[in-house]
Amino acid sequence: MTEELKKRIDEAIASHRVVIFMKGTPHFPMCGFSRSAVETLQAAGATEVAAFNVLQDPELREGIKVYSNWPTIPQVYIDGKFIGGSDILRELHERGELARLVRG
Amino acid sequence: MLAANEIEKAIADALPGADVEVVDTRGTGDHFRARVVYEGFEGKTMVEQHQMVYAPVRSLLESGELHALALETYTPEQWEARKGVAK
Repeated sequence: MTEELKKRIDEAIASHRVVIFMKGTPHFPMCGFSRSAVETLQAAGATEVAAFNVLQDPELREGIKVYSNWPTIPQVYIDGKFIGGSDILRELHERGELARLVRG
Repeated sequence: MLAANEIEKAIADALPGADVEVVDTRGTGDHFRARVVYEGFEGKTMVEQHQMVYAPVRSLLESGELHALALETYTPEQWEARKGVAK
């Protein structure tokens, strides 16, 4: 991964509280797992979600997997911390922990 | 096209003693669900547990041959507690 891309991801994560790297957009998700992750965030009370569409950015699509050491999309960061993909998000939501993270 | 038992074997080989169950969720050989019960998950975060399961199938995910692997990870203790709960 290039230094430039790493910096771009660092900045994206630092400048928004809730960040999702996904396929498609929150209004038009292009994959069921990305859709589920957005819906779970919204259900947990996240009103402002910064979404990055990896389908429009091939470099980001591969780079974020290396950055997070996580081989799949979607990926969610809250307050600069890697939270996980759609399974972990759902599990945290079921336990009531996601709303707490989202509230900060 | 992958078979559930190939993925099961790859994960079980990487996590000795783990109880691994993989299901082909669509019958299309590219979307799977795995339930992994492993003593080595003790003291790890959920992110770390999933990273441990993804590691042996990483190349399959990267090539796109394996499109999705939904994960449930438990320590033996968590799994025993969960089995006791009627779902």
